[in-house]
Formats: sequence, C-alpha cells, structure tokens
Amino acid sequence: MKVMQLSVFLENREGRLAEAVGLVAEAGINIRALSLAETADFGVIRMIVDTPDKAITALKAKSIIVKTTDVIAVEVEDKPGGLKKVLDVFHSQGINIEYMYACVEKNNSNAVMLLRVENPEAALEKVKDKVKILKAEEVYEI
Amino acid sequence: MFYSKEEALGQAELESLQSRRLIETVRRVYDNAPFYKAKFDEAGIKPADITSAADLNRLPFTTKQDLRDNYPYGLFAAPMSEIVRIHASSGTTGKMTVVGYTKNDIEMWAALIARCLVMAGATKNDVIHNCYGYGLFTGGLGMHYGTEKLGATVIPVSAGNSRRQIKIMQDFGSTILTCTPSYALNLAETMREMGISPEQLKLKAGIFGAEPWSENMRRDIEKMWGIDALDIYGLSEIMGPGVACECMEKHGLHVFEDHFMPEIIDSKTGKPLPDGESGELVFTTITKEGIPLIRYRTRDITRIIPGKCACGRTFRRIERLSGRTDDMLIIRGVNVFPSEIEMVLMSVEGVEPHYRIIVDRAEHGMDTMEVQVEVSDRLFSDEIKVLEALSTRIEKEIHSVLGVAVTVKMVEPRSIPRSEGKAKRIIDKRKI
Repeated sequence: MKVMQLSVFLENREGRLAEAVGLVAEAGINIRALSLAETADFGVIRMIVDTPDKAITALKAKSIIVKTTDVIAVEVEDKPGGLKKVLDVFHSQGINIEYMYACVEKNNSNAVMLLRVENPEAALEKVKDKVKILKAEEVYEI
Repeated sequence: MFYSKEEALGQAELESLQSRRLIETVRRVYDNAPFYKAKFDEAGIKPADITSAADLNRLPFTTKQDLRDNYPYGLFAAPMSEIVRIHASSGTTGKMTVVGYTKNDIEMWAALIARCLVMAGATKNDVIHNCYGYGLFTGGLGMHYGTEKLGATVIPVSAGNSRRQIKIMQDFGSTILTCTPSYALNLAETMREMGISPEQLKLKAGIFGAEPWSENMRRDIEKMWGIDALDIYGLSEIMGPGVACECMEKHGLHVFEDHFMPEIIDSKTGKPLPDGESGELVFTTITKEGIPLIRYRTRDITRIIPGKCACGRTFRRIERLSGRTDDMLIIRGVNVFPSEIEMVLMSVEGVEPHYRIIVDRAEHGMDTMEVQVEVSDRLFSDEIKVLEALSTRIEKEIHSVLGVAVTVKMVEPRSIPRSEGKAKRIIDKRKI
C-alpha cells in the first residue's frame, strides 16, 4: 500500500531543476507528482514517477543523488473541508505528518495527496479503514 | 619622538648588543630546554661556538612542527614557577602552538607595543580603542599591556557589535584604533550607516595587523576614517603583535632588532639572502626567557628594505608580507590550516573526502570562509531539516576547533573538480 517516492538533491542554481527533470523525460518516465523543498543553498525534489527503478538508474548514471522514501497516497474529496477530514483521521490516531503534496491528476473525481509520516507501515494499519488509500500501481497509472 | 633610545642605536652598538644577547640566549636554551640541547648536539654546536651576532646562521632552524611535537611546554626555557602567562594560537587541541611568558617577557612585550603606539603618534593622553580579541590570542592582551605601559588609556572593547563600537568611540573619545584591517573597514561602513562622519570622532590613527592587507586597503581605511593607518606585524611564537611596526613614513615595518634578529632565507635551501632579496622570514629571539626561539621559520615571505628610514629609527625594515611558503590562511586574524578543516570533515560520518574552501572578502567587509562539502548517498536525507542540522553541526565543529566561523554548503556529488595529484582545495578570492 506504500508508494515509492524518489528524493533528489540539487544545488540551488539556475537551470538545475530543468536539467534533472530533463533526464527523467529523456528516459521516457512520466512524473505523477512533484514537490520541491528549498533552502538558500540547495533543494530537494520529491517525486512519484510511473517507473521508479528506471528513473533511479537514469539519475544515478548522471551522478545525481537519489533516495527512496515510502509515502502514503490518500484520496481526498475535491470540495471544501475534504482535506481537513482526512487530516483529522491522521491526527486522531496521533500520526504526525512531516510533509505532503498533491498528485498532478485526480483519481475519478477525487484529489490524491501524498503524505510522509514517520512510520508508514504502522500509520496505514491505523487509518486504512477510515480513509481511501491508493496502491502504488494505482498512483502510477492515474 | 621615540619611546626608547635603542630605536636609534648605531650599527656597531646594535651589533654588540645583539651579540651579547644572542650568546646569552644560546646558553640559556642549551642549559634549560632539553629540546635545544639535543638539537645543538645533533648539529655539533656548542654554546661556546657562538661568539657574536655573525655566528647566527650556524645555528639550526626551529619550525612550527617542533612546537607541535613538543606540545605544550616542551620548548620552554624557564620553570613554570617563572611563567606568568600562557597564550596559544588556534588549531586542533593537539596542534595548538603554546607559548609562555615570564614577568620580564611581559614587561618587554609591553614596552615594544608602547614603541608601536608612539610610532602612531600616541602619548599618555591618548585613548586606545582596542578591538583585538582578548583571550588565548595574543592581540588583545598584547596591545592592552603596551597601552598601560605607555600610560595611555586603553578601552578593552574587543571585537563584535559594531554599532556599539562606534558609540563607544564617540562617547569615550577614542583617538587610536587597534584591530585587523578588515575590521577597520567593516567598522567604517557601520559608522557610515549610522550617519556619523569621521569629523565627529577624535580618531587620528590606527594600528592594524594580524592579517595580510595592501596599500589599497590602507588608502581606503585612511580615507574612510580620516586617519593614519599603520601596519603591525607579529606572531605568537616570537611574542605576539609588536615584533615589527610601521612608522609614519609608511614604508616598511621596523623590526625591533634589539630583541628579535631577523633573517631572510631561501626557503628551499635554507641559505640566508642579502638585504633587498625576497624570501622566508626567520626570527631569533634574543631577550625572551619563557620560550626563546632560535632561527624560527615564520613561513611568511617578505624582504628587508635596504637603506635608512627618514624617521631616524635605525632598525631595519621589512616589507609588507607578500605571501606564505605553506598553505596557511589567515581569516579574520585567525591562522587556519586547511588540514585542520579536513580533519573535522573526516570525523563526520558519511562525509566524502571531496571538499573545497572558498575564501572571500566583500568590499569593506570581513573575510568569509565557505566550506563546500559534497553530499553523498550516506549523507543525503529526504528531509531538509536533517540536511540543515548536518551542515550546522559541521559549522559548529569547525568553529570550535579553528576558532573561526565558517558556512558549510552542501553541493552535488562530483561537482567539485577532481584533480590529478595535489587537489586544489583552496580558492582565495580575496583582493588584498
């Protein structure tokens, strides 16, 4: 039920993001979700792609540092309060969300959020009956 | 106006004084410092062989490595009961160079600083604004005691908090500023920002040292402050600031030859060079008791300016330092060896041996040092806070070891150029 996220380290300089994304594109990999966290000196791209293993090979070939992290994909109703409802479930279970971002496309009529929590395994057990969790393959194929 | 009559000694008188003092020093180190006894014995030299100043170059050299190998007190020639103060230069604990002073040493040092202050036109009516750091570093306390010796007033303000510095100058009536030249520029900028003009202050001169600077910087400092800016030279191993200082002629630094005998040598062969030729500066202390040093190799490059100085002082002058024979950097007055930074980096798990040190100085600003570290698979974390905590940790470690603040920047793998042979790790962009 976990989704594999790729994290890439990039220096914060002009054109670097385009170069990295270009490498993924050249390899025929489709990005399903992406977020960028940045500081003055560097940035970390977090992304979900349709073929993670292929992406890792392509990036590593260019000496780019890439790490995988497990995240959880949840469906969120696309209406006011939809996200709040999902977050309340995590909160009530005492699960702290470190960061989250959204998928590019909707699944059916629902938005898809990607959540990073400290222990995805345990978190899934606690929330799986209360929110709609998507499988990795489902996310890749949205 | 001189502080002491020795400053105008004739050639013959100076040589006879140096001869007497050199003979005494050689005897003292041979009898009291086992390190020197062993060194002289190995070189086949007996104290009795040294009969005049001209025999100086028969003696073996002393290096910084000797001080490190005999850390902390191994080269002291006086018992600890006679030592009244310790100073030390920056460096990792095992690598600090430690020096000790007897009561007489402190007195002598103070008198030499008093000479420097008089060179800058100071009398006991002056107020010395001393921004050199107080502590193990020799700058602060060295200047301090010299000011008191002269009978002038010292403000032991130390470095930092620039706006407060300007306010104190204004309110306390500081007349002479002592600090590093880059800090003088930095303070001048602050003064400007505060809307204060030099005419509103009583400052008339400054004695600047502990880092390399240039004629251009002198012009800037003099213009911005409306003062005379003089260069002072020293190193803790020999004494601290006040080994040599410029007079108002501003053409070279007079070496206090009645206490320190200078030589310029070819750093490769060790052969002494004639006045006028550029080479490595070597000092022999001839009055120090705590830790006298014989032919100490400073690694600083300069030359002795031939000819007499118009000020009337007869001590020979050295030119502004033009470089070093090793890779030591001087950052905001602190001596930094790249190897020390490397040691800190290598002690952090996951740090690759690929790093680069970028030194820069903003216009009218202080020196900055950036340490670039390549992110490795082991170091990289998906979480920004983890990466930031890591660079902060490295910054803190370097600061605690070197005593100088640096910024650590994480860079991409393989982004630091690899080189064949000796890696070019230092990029010094300072336009000094």
